[in-house]
Amino acid sequence: MIEVERLTRRFGDFTAVDDLSFEVRPGEVLGFLGPNGAGKSTTMKMLTGFLPPTSGRVSLFGLDIARQPLAVKQRLGYLPEGAPAWSDMTVLGFLKFIADVRGLKGKNRSQRIMHAAALTGLEPVLKQNIGTLSKGFKRRVGLAQTLLHDPDVLILDEPTDGLDPNQKQQVRDLISQLAEDKIVIISTHILEEVSAVCSRAMIIAAGRKVADGTPAELEARSRYHQAVSVQFSEPVQAASVFAGLPGVMEVDEYDGGRGYRIFPEEKTSVFHAVNTAIETHHWPLDTLHIERGRLEDVFRQLTEGKS
Amino acid sequence: MSGLLTVCKREWSAYFSTPVAYVFVLIFLMMSAALTFYLGNFYDRGQADLQPFFNFHPWLYLFFMPAIAMGLWSQERQLGTIELLLTLPLTQAQVVSGKFLAAWLFAALALVLTFPLWLTVNYLGDPDNGVILTSYLGSWLMAGAFIAVGCCMSALSRNQIVAFILTVLICFVLMLSGFPMVLDMFRAWGSDRVVDFVAGLSFITHFQALSRGVVDLRDVLYFLLLITVWLFATGEVLSIKKAR
Repeated sequence: MIEVERLTRRFGDFTAVDDLSFEVRPGEVLGFLGPNGAGKSTTMKMLTGFLPPTSGRVSLFGLDIARQPLAVKQRLGYLPEGAPAWSDMTVLGFLKFIADVRGLKGKNRSQRIMHAAALTGLEPVLKQNIGTLSKGFKRRVGLAQTLLHDPDVLILDEPTDGLDPNQKQQVRDLISQLAEDKIVIISTHILEEVSAVCSRAMIIAAGRKVADGTPAELEARSRYHQAVSVQFSEPVQAASVFAGLPGVMEVDEYDGGRGYRIFPEEKTSVFHAVNTAIETHHWPLDTLHIERGRLEDVFRQLTEGKS
Repeated sequence: MSGLLTVCKREWSAYFSTPVAYVFVLIFLMMSAALTFYLGNFYDRGQADLQPFFNFHPWLYLFFMPAIAMGLWSQERQLGTIELLLTLPLTQAQVVSGKFLAAWLFAALALVLTFPLWLTVNYLGDPDNGVILTSYLGSWLMAGAFIAVGCCMSALSRNQIVAFILTVLICFVLMLSGFPMVLDMFRAWGSDRVVDFVAGLSFITHFQALSRGVVDLRDVLYFLLLITVWLFATGEVLSIKKAR
Protein backbone atom coordinates (compact mmCIF):
# COMPACT_ATOMS: atom_id res chain seq x y z
CA MET A 1 0.00 0.00 0.00
CA ILE A 2 1.17 3.50 -0.79
CA GLU A 3 0.30 6.30 1.58
CA VAL A 4 0.85 9.87 0.56
CA GLU A 5 0.32 12.53 3.19
CA ARG A 6 0.12 16.24 2.47
CA LEU A 7 2.78 16.03 -0.19
CA THR A 8 4.01 19.43 -1.32
CA ARG A 9 6.82 20.43 -3.63
CA ARG A 10 7.94 23.93 -4.48
CA PHE A 11 10.50 25.05 -7.03
CA GLY A 12 11.43 28.53 -5.89
CA ASP A 13 8.15 30.45 -5.83
CA PHE A 14 6.36 27.93 -7.98
CA THR A 15 4.31 25.28 -6.24
CA ALA A 16 4.30 22.20 -8.45
CA VAL A 17 2.51 19.86 -6.06
CA ASP A 18 0.23 21.33 -3.44
CA ASP A 19 -0.87 19.40 -0.36
CA LEU A 20 -1.62 16.12 -2.07
CA SER A 21 -2.88 13.18 0.01
CA PHE A 22 -4.05 9.78 -1.17
CA GLU A 23 -3.68 6.04 -0.69
CA VAL A 24 -3.33 3.26 -3.22
CA ARG A 25 -3.92 -0.44 -2.53
CA PRO A 26 -2.62 -3.54 -4.29
CA GLY A 27 -4.76 -4.45 -7.26
CA GLU A 28 -5.52 -0.83 -8.05
CA VAL A 29 -4.43 0.85 -11.25
CA LEU A 30 -4.37 4.53 -10.52
CA GLY A 31 -4.26 6.95 -13.41
CA PHE A 32 -2.93 10.46 -12.88
CA LEU A 33 -4.69 12.77 -15.24
CA GLY A 34 -3.99 16.38 -15.78
CA PRO A 35 -2.86 19.02 -18.22
CA ASN A 36 0.84 19.40 -18.94
CA GLY A 37 2.55 21.05 -16.01
CA ALA A 38 -0.13 19.97 -13.52
CA GLY A 39 2.40 18.21 -11.31
CA LYS A 40 1.93 14.60 -12.40
CA SER A 41 5.60 13.93 -13.10
CA THR A 42 6.76 15.84 -10.03
CA THR A 43 4.47 13.70 -7.88
CA MET A 44 5.87 10.55 -9.44
CA LYS A 45 9.41 11.75 -8.89
CA MET A 46 8.61 12.12 -5.21
CA LEU A 47 6.88 8.74 -5.02
CA THR A 48 10.00 7.08 -6.39
CA GLY A 49 12.39 8.95 -4.14
CA PHE A 50 14.09 10.92 -6.90
CA LEU A 51 12.95 14.30 -5.62
CA PRO A 52 12.69 15.09 -1.93
CA PRO A 53 9.36 16.73 -1.08
CA THR A 54 9.32 20.24 0.34
CA SER A 55 6.95 18.89 2.96
CA GLY A 56 4.77 15.86 3.43
CA ARG A 57 5.43 12.17 3.53
CA VAL A 58 5.40 9.15 1.23
CA SER A 59 5.39 5.62 2.56
CA LEU A 60 5.22 2.32 0.81
CA PHE A 61 4.10 -0.79 2.69
CA GLY A 62 4.88 1.08 5.89
CA LEU A 63 8.40 2.08 4.79
CA ASP A 64 9.09 5.80 4.78
CA ILE A 65 10.84 6.73 1.55
CA ALA A 66 12.89 9.48 3.17
CA ARG A 67 14.16 7.17 5.92
CA GLN A 68 14.53 3.84 4.12
CA PRO A 69 15.04 4.79 0.49
CA LEU A 70 16.84 1.59 -0.50
CA ALA A 71 14.21 -0.73 0.93
CA VAL A 72 11.52 1.23 -0.89
CA LYS A 73 13.41 1.39 -4.17
CA GLN A 74 13.85 -2.39 -4.13
CA ARG A 75 10.10 -2.84 -4.30
CA LEU A 76 9.55 -0.23 -7.00
CA GLY A 77 9.72 -0.29 -10.74
CA TYR A 78 9.84 3.17 -12.27
CA LEU A 79 9.57 4.33 -15.84
CA PRO A 80 10.63 7.99 -15.86
CA GLU A 81 9.12 10.45 -18.31
CA GLY A 82 10.48 9.91 -21.81
CA ALA A 83 11.80 6.43 -20.94
CA PRO A 84 15.43 7.48 -20.63
CA ALA A 85 18.12 4.87 -21.32
CA TRP A 86 21.79 4.95 -22.26
CA SER A 87 21.73 5.10 -26.02
CA ASP A 88 25.15 3.52 -26.46
CA MET A 89 24.18 0.28 -24.70
CA THR A 90 22.53 -2.71 -26.30
CA VAL A 91 19.08 -3.63 -25.03
CA LEU A 92 20.48 -6.79 -23.48
CA GLY A 93 23.41 -4.93 -21.92
CA PHE A 94 21.02 -2.40 -20.45
CA LEU A 95 18.72 -5.04 -18.97
CA LYS A 96 21.72 -6.94 -17.60
CA PHE A 97 22.96 -3.79 -15.90
CA ILE A 98 19.59 -3.15 -14.26
CA ALA A 99 19.36 -6.82 -13.25
CA ASP A 100 22.81 -6.59 -11.64
CA VAL A 101 21.84 -3.48 -9.73
CA ARG A 102 18.66 -5.26 -8.64
CA GLY A 103 20.83 -8.05 -7.29
CA LEU A 104 19.55 -10.76 -9.65
CA LYS A 105 22.05 -13.55 -10.14
CA GLY A 106 22.82 -16.54 -12.30
CA LYS A 107 20.00 -18.49 -13.88
CA ASN A 108 17.32 -16.38 -12.24
CA ARG A 109 18.89 -13.27 -13.79
CA SER A 110 18.80 -14.57 -17.33
CA GLN A 111 15.29 -15.98 -16.83
CA ARG A 112 13.98 -12.68 -15.52
CA ILE A 113 15.60 -10.80 -18.38
CA MET A 114 14.09 -13.10 -21.00
CA HIS A 115 10.72 -12.96 -19.26
CA ALA A 116 10.67 -9.16 -19.19
CA ALA A 117 11.82 -9.04 -22.82
CA ALA A 118 9.06 -11.46 -23.80
CA LEU A 119 6.38 -9.49 -21.96
CA THR A 120 7.38 -6.31 -23.76
CA GLY A 121 8.14 -7.89 -27.13
CA LEU A 122 11.80 -6.97 -27.14
CA GLU A 123 13.25 -10.28 -28.28
CA PRO A 124 14.00 -9.19 -31.87
CA VAL A 125 16.07 -6.17 -30.78
CA LEU A 126 18.01 -7.52 -27.80
CA LYS A 127 21.35 -7.17 -29.56
CA GLN A 128 20.67 -3.70 -30.94
CA ASN A 129 21.94 -0.43 -29.56
CA ILE A 130 19.21 1.47 -27.77
CA GLY A 131 20.15 4.61 -29.72
CA THR A 132 19.16 2.95 -32.98
CA LEU A 133 15.69 1.87 -31.81
CA SER A 134 12.37 3.44 -32.74
CA LYS A 135 10.47 5.44 -30.16
CA GLY A 136 8.09 2.54 -29.50
CA PHE A 137 10.88 0.08 -28.83
CA LYS A 138 12.68 2.56 -26.58
CA ARG A 139 9.55 2.93 -24.51
CA ARG A 140 9.29 -0.83 -24.22
CA VAL A 141 12.92 -1.07 -23.12
CA GLY A 142 12.02 1.33 -20.33
CA LEU A 143 9.03 -0.82 -19.44
CA ALA A 144 11.02 -4.05 -19.47
CA GLN A 145 13.49 -2.48 -17.09
CA THR A 146 10.73 -1.84 -14.54
CA LEU A 147 9.56 -5.47 -14.60
CA LEU A 148 12.87 -7.27 -14.10
CA HIS A 149 12.60 -7.74 -10.35
CA ASP A 150 8.84 -8.35 -10.33
CA PRO A 151 8.20 -5.29 -8.15
CA ASP A 152 5.18 -4.73 -5.91
CA VAL A 153 4.71 -1.24 -7.20
CA LEU A 154 4.95 0.03 -10.76
CA ILE A 155 5.14 3.74 -11.40
CA LEU A 156 4.93 4.53 -15.08
CA ASP A 157 5.15 8.08 -16.38
CA GLU A 158 3.30 8.15 -19.71
CA PRO A 159 3.90 4.50 -20.57
CA THR A 160 2.19 4.61 -23.95
CA ASP A 161 3.48 7.93 -25.20
CA GLY A 162 4.89 7.55 -28.70
CA LEU A 163 3.49 4.09 -29.34
CA ASP A 164 1.30 3.19 -32.29
CA PRO A 165 -2.28 2.02 -31.60
CA ASN A 166 -1.33 -1.68 -31.64
CA GLN A 167 1.56 -1.16 -29.28
CA LYS A 168 -0.63 0.98 -27.04
CA GLN A 169 -3.08 -1.86 -26.79
CA GLN A 170 -0.28 -4.32 -25.97
CA VAL A 171 1.02 -2.11 -23.20
CA ARG A 172 -2.48 -1.63 -21.80
CA ASP A 173 -3.06 -5.37 -21.82
CA LEU A 174 0.27 -5.84 -20.11
CA ILE A 175 -0.64 -3.32 -17.42
CA SER A 176 -4.01 -4.91 -16.80
CA GLN A 177 -2.33 -8.29 -16.58
CA LEU A 178 0.29 -7.06 -14.13
CA ALA A 179 -2.19 -5.15 -12.05
CA GLU A 180 -3.70 -8.20 -10.38
CA ASP A 181 -1.44 -8.25 -7.38
CA LYS A 182 0.47 -5.02 -7.81
CA ILE A 183 -0.02 -1.35 -7.32
CA VAL A 184 0.22 0.40 -10.65
CA ILE A 185 0.31 4.16 -11.03
CA ILE A 186 0.38 5.61 -14.50
CA SER A 187 0.24 9.15 -15.73
CA THR A 188 -1.31 10.01 -19.01
CA HIS A 189 -3.14 12.69 -20.87
CA ILE A 190 -4.90 10.21 -23.08
CA LEU A 191 -8.36 9.99 -21.58
CA GLU A 192 -9.44 6.80 -23.33
CA GLU A 193 -6.51 5.12 -21.62
CA VAL A 194 -7.98 5.85 -18.24
CA SER A 195 -11.24 4.13 -19.10
CA ALA A 196 -9.30 1.28 -20.68
CA VAL A 197 -6.85 0.39 -17.93
CA CYS A 198 -7.41 2.35 -14.75
CA SER A 199 -9.56 1.20 -11.89
CA ARG A 200 -9.26 4.64 -10.45
CA ALA A 201 -8.51 8.05 -11.84
CA MET A 202 -7.20 11.13 -10.16
CA ILE A 203 -7.38 14.47 -11.89
CA ILE A 204 -4.68 16.90 -10.91
CA ALA A 205 -4.63 20.57 -11.82
CA ALA A 206 -2.08 23.14 -10.67
CA GLY A 207 -0.64 20.63 -8.24
CA ARG A 208 -3.92 19.91 -6.49
CA LYS A 209 -6.21 16.93 -6.57
CA VAL A 210 -9.48 18.07 -8.14
CA ALA A 211 -11.16 14.69 -8.60
CA ASP A 212 -10.60 11.13 -7.48
CA GLY A 213 -12.78 8.16 -8.31
CA THR A 214 -13.43 5.30 -10.69
CA PRO A 215 -13.55 6.30 -14.34
CA ALA A 216 -17.33 5.69 -14.27
CA GLU A 217 -17.76 7.99 -11.28
CA LEU A 218 -15.83 10.71 -13.02
CA GLU A 219 -17.85 10.27 -16.20
CA ALA A 220 -21.00 10.68 -14.12
CA ARG A 221 -19.86 14.19 -13.30
CA SER A 222 -20.09 15.11 -16.95
CA ARG A 223 -23.05 17.06 -18.19
CA TYR A 224 -23.39 14.38 -20.84
CA HIS A 225 -24.02 11.74 -18.21
CA GLN A 226 -27.52 10.27 -18.74
CA ALA A 227 -28.08 12.58 -21.68
CA VAL A 228 -30.14 10.97 -24.43
CA SER A 229 -28.90 11.13 -27.99
CA VAL A 230 -31.39 10.76 -30.79
CA GLN A 231 -30.72 10.36 -34.51
CA PHE A 232 -33.50 10.65 -37.08
CA SER A 233 -33.30 9.54 -40.66
CA GLU A 234 -34.80 12.84 -41.85
CA PRO A 235 -35.10 16.32 -40.28
CA VAL A 236 -37.77 16.66 -37.64
CA GLN A 237 -39.06 19.68 -35.69
CA ALA A 238 -38.79 18.08 -32.24
CA ALA A 239 -36.94 20.64 -30.11
CA SER A 240 -40.01 22.16 -28.45
CA VAL A 241 -41.57 18.77 -27.77
CA PHE A 242 -38.40 17.46 -26.09
CA ALA A 243 -37.93 20.67 -24.12
CA GLY A 244 -41.46 20.34 -22.79
CA LEU A 245 -40.92 16.85 -21.37
CA PRO A 246 -40.69 16.57 -17.58
CA GLY A 247 -37.14 16.54 -16.18
CA VAL A 248 -35.52 17.96 -19.30
CA MET A 249 -33.05 20.74 -18.65
CA GLU A 250 -31.74 21.50 -22.09
CA VAL A 251 -32.04 20.33 -25.68
CA ASP A 252 -29.32 20.57 -28.31
CA GLU A 253 -30.30 20.36 -31.93
CA TYR A 254 -27.75 19.63 -34.63
CA ASP A 255 -27.46 18.35 -38.17
CA GLY A 256 -30.42 20.50 -39.22
CA GLY A 257 -32.98 18.67 -37.06
CA ARG A 258 -31.65 15.17 -37.70
CA GLY A 259 -29.95 14.91 -34.35
CA TYR A 260 -30.93 15.92 -30.84
CA ARG A 261 -29.23 15.64 -27.50
CA ILE A 262 -31.50 15.95 -24.48
CA PHE A 263 -29.87 16.80 -21.15
CA PRO A 264 -31.83 15.78 -18.06
CA GLU A 265 -31.92 17.59 -14.77
CA GLU A 266 -29.60 16.12 -12.19
CA LYS A 267 -30.36 12.56 -11.08
CA THR A 268 -33.33 12.09 -13.36
CA SER A 269 -33.73 9.94 -16.42
CA VAL A 270 -35.60 11.16 -19.46
CA PHE A 271 -35.01 8.15 -21.66
CA HIS A 272 -38.53 6.75 -21.45
CA ALA A 273 -40.19 10.11 -21.83
CA VAL A 274 -38.14 10.80 -24.95
CA ASN A 275 -38.86 7.34 -26.30
CA THR A 276 -42.60 7.70 -25.77
CA ALA A 277 -42.64 11.16 -27.38
CA ILE A 278 -40.91 9.82 -30.46
CA GLU A 279 -43.40 6.96 -30.76
CA THR A 280 -46.48 9.12 -30.34
CA HIS A 281 -45.24 11.52 -33.05
CA HIS A 282 -44.15 8.69 -35.36
CA TRP A 283 -40.82 10.34 -36.02
CA PRO A 284 -38.41 8.34 -38.23
CA LEU A 285 -36.03 7.12 -35.54
CA ASP A 286 -32.56 5.85 -36.46
CA THR A 287 -30.77 5.50 -33.17
CA LEU A 288 -31.50 6.30 -29.56
CA HIS A 289 -29.07 5.87 -26.71
CA ILE A 290 -28.06 7.11 -23.28
CA GLU A 291 -24.66 8.71 -22.99
CA ARG A 292 -22.28 7.44 -20.29
CA GLY A 293 -20.74 10.82 -19.82
CA ARG A 294 -17.55 12.12 -21.24
CA LEU A 295 -14.31 12.11 -19.33
CA GLU A 296 -12.97 14.74 -21.68
CA ASP A 297 -15.78 17.04 -20.66
CA VAL A 298 -15.14 16.49 -16.95
CA PHE A 299 -11.43 16.91 -17.49
CA ARG A 300 -11.88 20.26 -19.22
CA GLN A 301 -14.42 21.46 -16.74
CA LEU A 302 -12.13 20.67 -13.80
CA THR A 303 -8.81 21.77 -15.17
CA GLU A 304 -9.48 24.68 -17.47
CA GLY A 305 -8.03 27.95 -16.31
CA LYS A 306 -6.13 26.28 -13.49
CA SER A 307 -2.72 25.89 -15.07
CA MET B 1 30.30 -2.56 -2.74
CA SER B 2 28.73 -4.64 -5.50
CA GLY B 3 26.51 -1.69 -6.45
CA LEU B 4 29.56 0.49 -6.79
CA LEU B 5 31.29 -2.03 -9.02
CA THR B 6 28.19 -2.51 -11.16
CA VAL B 7 28.01 1.23 -11.78
CA CYS B 8 31.75 1.32 -12.43
CA LYS B 9 31.51 -1.51 -14.93
CA ARG B 10 28.74 0.18 -16.88
CA GLU B 11 30.59 3.46 -16.93
CA TRP B 12 33.81 1.76 -17.99
CA SER B 13 32.18 0.03 -20.94
CA ALA B 14 30.45 3.29 -21.85
CA TYR B 15 33.90 4.78 -22.48
CA PHE B 16 34.61 2.11 -25.05
CA SER B 17 31.20 2.04 -26.70
CA THR B 18 32.30 4.87 -28.99
CA PRO B 19 35.62 5.42 -30.77
CA VAL B 20 36.15 8.56 -28.68
CA ALA B 21 37.98 6.62 -25.95
CA TYR B 22 40.45 5.09 -28.40
CA VAL B 23 41.14 8.41 -30.06
CA PHE B 24 41.51 9.95 -26.65
CA VAL B 25 44.08 7.42 -25.45
CA LEU B 26 45.94 7.71 -28.72
CA ILE B 27 46.18 11.49 -28.49
CA PHE B 28 47.24 11.22 -24.87
CA LEU B 29 50.04 8.85 -25.77
CA MET B 30 51.18 10.93 -28.72
CA MET B 31 51.14 14.14 -26.74
CA SER B 32 53.02 12.67 -23.80
CA ALA B 33 55.67 11.26 -26.12
CA ALA B 34 55.97 14.45 -28.13
CA LEU B 35 56.31 16.60 -25.03
CA THR B 36 58.87 14.26 -23.54
CA PHE B 37 61.07 14.05 -26.60
CA TYR B 38 60.82 17.58 -27.96
CA LEU B 39 60.07 19.98 -25.12
CA GLY B 40 61.59 17.73 -22.47
CA ASN B 41 64.93 17.24 -24.27
CA PHE B 42 64.78 13.57 -23.45
CA TYR B 43 67.94 12.69 -25.36
CA ASP B 44 70.02 15.80 -24.73
CA ARG B 45 69.81 15.44 -20.97
CA GLY B 46 71.96 12.34 -21.21
CA GLN B 47 70.13 10.76 -18.30
CA ALA B 48 68.18 7.55 -18.41
CA ASP B 49 65.11 8.55 -16.43
CA LEU B 50 61.52 9.59 -17.08
CA GLN B 51 61.72 12.98 -15.37
CA PRO B 52 60.98 14.93 -18.55
CA PHE B 53 57.97 12.67 -19.16
CA PHE B 54 56.46 13.12 -15.71
CA ASN B 55 57.19 16.86 -15.58
CA PHE B 56 54.58 17.44 -18.23
CA HIS B 57 51.88 15.37 -16.60
CA PRO B 58 50.21 18.17 -14.65
CA TRP B 59 49.88 20.12 -17.90
CA LEU B 60 48.64 17.20 -19.90
CA TYR B 61 46.15 16.34 -17.18
CA LEU B 62 44.89 19.89 -17.02
CA PHE B 63 43.12 19.20 -20.31
CA PHE B 64 42.81 15.45 -20.50
CA MET B 65 41.31 14.65 -17.12
CA PRO B 66 38.52 17.26 -17.33
CA ALA B 67 37.67 15.72 -20.71
CA ILE B 68 37.37 12.26 -19.16
CA ALA B 69 35.18 13.53 -16.35
CA MET B 70 33.00 16.13 -18.07
CA GLY B 71 30.35 13.69 -19.23
CA LEU B 72 30.04 11.67 -16.04
CA TRP B 73 27.03 13.54 -14.69
CA SER B 74 26.09 16.18 -17.24
CA GLN B 75 25.36 13.48 -19.78
CA GLU B 76 23.06 11.66 -17.35
CA ARG B 77 21.19 14.88 -16.84
CA GLN B 78 20.91 15.54 -20.54
CA LEU B 79 19.71 12.01 -21.33
CA GLY B 80 17.41 11.96 -18.31
CA THR B 81 19.06 8.74 -17.16
CA ILE B 82 19.99 10.44 -13.90
CA GLU B 83 16.42 9.81 -12.83
CA LEU B 84 16.73 6.14 -13.64
CA LEU B 85 20.10 5.83 -11.95
CA LEU B 86 19.05 7.55 -8.75
CA THR B 87 15.79 5.64 -8.37
CA LEU B 88 17.52 2.26 -8.57
CA PRO B 89 18.32 0.66 -5.22
CA LEU B 90 21.75 2.26 -5.05
CA THR B 91 23.02 4.82 -2.58
CA GLN B 92 24.17 8.13 -3.98
CA ALA B 93 27.64 7.40 -2.61
CA GLN B 94 27.78 4.16 -4.61
CA VAL B 95 26.87 5.92 -7.83
CA VAL B 96 29.23 8.85 -7.26
CA SER B 97 32.21 6.67 -6.41
CA GLY B 98 31.42 4.06 -9.05
CA LYS B 99 31.48 6.70 -11.75
CA PHE B 100 34.63 8.24 -10.37
CA LEU B 101 36.36 4.88 -10.20
CA ALA B 102 35.58 4.14 -13.84
CA ALA B 103 37.14 7.43 -14.94
CA TRP B 104 40.11 6.89 -12.66
CA LEU B 105 40.71 3.41 -14.05
CA PHE B 106 40.44 4.83 -17.54
CA ALA B 107 43.20 7.28 -16.62
CA ALA B 108 45.20 4.34 -15.25
CA LEU B 109 44.82 2.55 -18.56
CA ALA B 110 46.12 5.57 -20.47
CA LEU B 111 49.03 5.75 -18.03
CA VAL B 112 49.86 2.05 -18.29
CA LEU B 113 49.92 2.34 -22.07
CA THR B 114 52.86 4.71 -21.82
CA PHE B 115 55.00 1.68 -20.94
CA PRO B 116 57.06 1.87 -24.20
CA LEU B 117 58.74 4.95 -22.72
CA TRP B 118 59.67 2.92 -19.68
CA LEU B 119 61.03 0.18 -21.94
CA THR B 120 62.99 2.81 -23.84
CA VAL B 121 64.82 4.19 -20.84
CA ASN B 122 65.55 0.71 -19.62
CA TYR B 123 66.97 -0.09 -23.02
CA LEU B 124 69.03 3.09 -23.17
CA GLY B 125 70.41 3.01 -19.68
CA ASP B 126 69.94 1.87 -16.17
CA PRO B 127 67.21 4.02 -14.60
CA ASP B 128 66.01 3.83 -11.02
CA ASN B 129 62.82 1.86 -11.58
CA GLY B 130 61.70 2.52 -8.01
CA VAL B 131 61.56 6.23 -8.76
CA ILE B 132 59.68 5.53 -11.94
CA LEU B 133 57.16 3.43 -10.04
CA THR B 134 56.50 6.08 -7.40
CA SER B 135 56.24 8.67 -10.17
CA TYR B 136 53.58 6.60 -11.86
CA LEU B 137 51.78 6.23 -8.55
CA GLY B 138 52.00 9.97 -7.91
CA SER B 139 50.82 10.71 -11.42
CA TRP B 140 47.82 8.40 -11.04
CA LEU B 141 46.89 9.93 -7.68
CA MET B 142 47.10 13.39 -9.21
CA ALA B 143 44.91 12.22 -12.10
CA GLY B 144 42.36 11.12 -9.48
CA ALA B 145 42.29 14.58 -7.96
CA PHE B 146 41.72 16.16 -11.39
CA ILE B 147 38.91 13.72 -12.11
CA ALA B 148 37.25 14.24 -8.73
CA VAL B 149 37.10 17.98 -9.43
CA GLY B 150 35.70 17.11 -12.85
CA CYS B 151 32.99 14.91 -11.29
CA CYS B 152 31.81 17.76 -9.15
CA MET B 153 31.71 20.25 -12.02
CA SER B 154 29.92 17.72 -14.20
CA ALA B 155 27.27 17.35 -11.52
CA LEU B 156 26.95 21.12 -11.45
CA SER B 157 26.22 21.73 -15.12
CA ARG B 158 24.19 19.81 -17.65
CA ASN B 159 26.47 21.23 -20.33
CA GLN B 160 29.62 19.18 -20.80
CA ILE B 161 31.61 22.09 -22.20
CA VAL B 162 30.78 24.25 -19.20
CA ALA B 163 31.80 21.39 -16.91
CA PHE B 164 35.06 21.05 -18.81
CA ILE B 165 35.94 24.73 -18.60
CA LEU B 166 35.07 24.98 -14.91
CA THR B 167 37.21 21.94 -14.16
CA VAL B 168 40.18 23.32 -16.06
CA LEU B 169 39.87 26.62 -14.18
CA ILE B 170 39.69 25.04 -10.74
CA CYS B 171 42.49 22.60 -11.45
CA PHE B 172 44.62 25.41 -12.80
CA VAL B 173 44.15 27.35 -9.57
CA LEU B 174 45.02 24.23 -7.58
CA MET B 175 48.18 23.82 -9.64
CA LEU B 176 49.04 27.49 -9.60
CA SER B 177 49.78 27.72 -5.91
CA GLY B 178 52.85 25.54 -6.40
CA PHE B 179 54.46 27.70 -9.08
CA PRO B 180 57.65 29.59 -8.15
CA MET B 181 56.19 32.92 -9.29
CA VAL B 182 53.15 32.58 -7.10
CA LEU B 183 55.24 31.40 -4.18
CA ASP B 184 57.66 34.30 -4.65
CA MET B 185 54.75 36.66 -4.39
CA PHE B 186 53.82 35.16 -1.04
CA ARG B 187 57.45 35.05 0.01
CA ALA B 188 57.65 38.81 -0.42
CA TRP B 189 55.38 39.43 2.55
CA GLY B 190 54.58 36.14 4.27
CA SER B 191 56.62 33.98 6.57
CA ASP B 192 58.00 30.61 5.50
CA ARG B 193 55.04 28.91 7.09
CA VAL B 194 52.64 30.83 4.91
CA VAL B 195 54.67 29.96 1.83
CA ASP B 196 54.80 26.30 2.83
CA PHE B 197 51.07 26.29 3.44
CA VAL B 198 50.31 27.79 0.04
CA ALA B 199 52.72 25.41 -1.66
CA GLY B 200 51.14 22.57 0.26
CA LEU B 201 47.81 23.25 -1.42
CA SER B 202 49.18 22.59 -4.86
CA PHE B 203 48.98 19.44 -6.94
CA ILE B 204 52.45 20.16 -8.23
CA THR B 205 54.26 20.28 -4.89
CA HIS B 206 52.91 16.90 -3.85
CA PHE B 207 53.35 15.33 -7.24
CA GLN B 208 56.95 16.45 -7.45
CA ALA B 209 57.67 14.98 -4.05
CA LEU B 210 56.32 11.62 -5.19
CA SER B 211 58.11 11.75 -8.52
CA ARG B 212 61.45 12.17 -6.76
CA GLY B 213 61.01 8.66 -5.50
CA VAL B 214 60.00 9.49 -1.95
CA VAL B 215 56.66 8.06 -0.94
CA ASP B 216 55.69 10.38 1.86
CA LEU B 217 52.39 9.35 3.35
CA ARG B 218 51.40 13.01 3.55
CA ASP B 219 51.60 13.40 -0.22
CA VAL B 220 49.52 10.29 -0.78
CA LEU B 221 47.03 11.44 1.84
CA TYR B 222 46.85 14.87 0.24
CA PHE B 223 45.58 13.39 -3.00
CA LEU B 224 43.28 10.88 -1.32
CA LEU B 225 41.82 13.61 0.85
CA LEU B 226 41.35 15.89 -2.14
CA ILE B 227 39.54 13.10 -3.99
CA THR B 228 37.30 12.41 -1.01
CA VAL B 229 36.44 16.06 -0.52
CA TRP B 230 35.55 16.61 -4.16
CA LEU B 231 33.50 13.44 -4.36
CA PHE B 232 31.67 14.45 -1.22
CA ALA B 233 31.05 17.83 -2.84
CA THR B 234 29.69 16.00 -5.90
CA GLY B 235 27.12 14.28 -3.71
CA GLU B 236 26.20 17.57 -2.09
CA VAL B 237 25.79 19.26 -5.46
CA LEU B 238 23.47 16.46 -6.60
CA SER B 239 21.38 16.76 -3.44
CA ILE B 240 21.21 20.53 -3.56
CA LYS B 241 20.15 20.48 -7.21
CA LYS B 242 17.31 18.12 -6.34
CA ALA B 243 16.25 20.07 -3.28
CA ARG B 244 15.93 23.38 -5.08
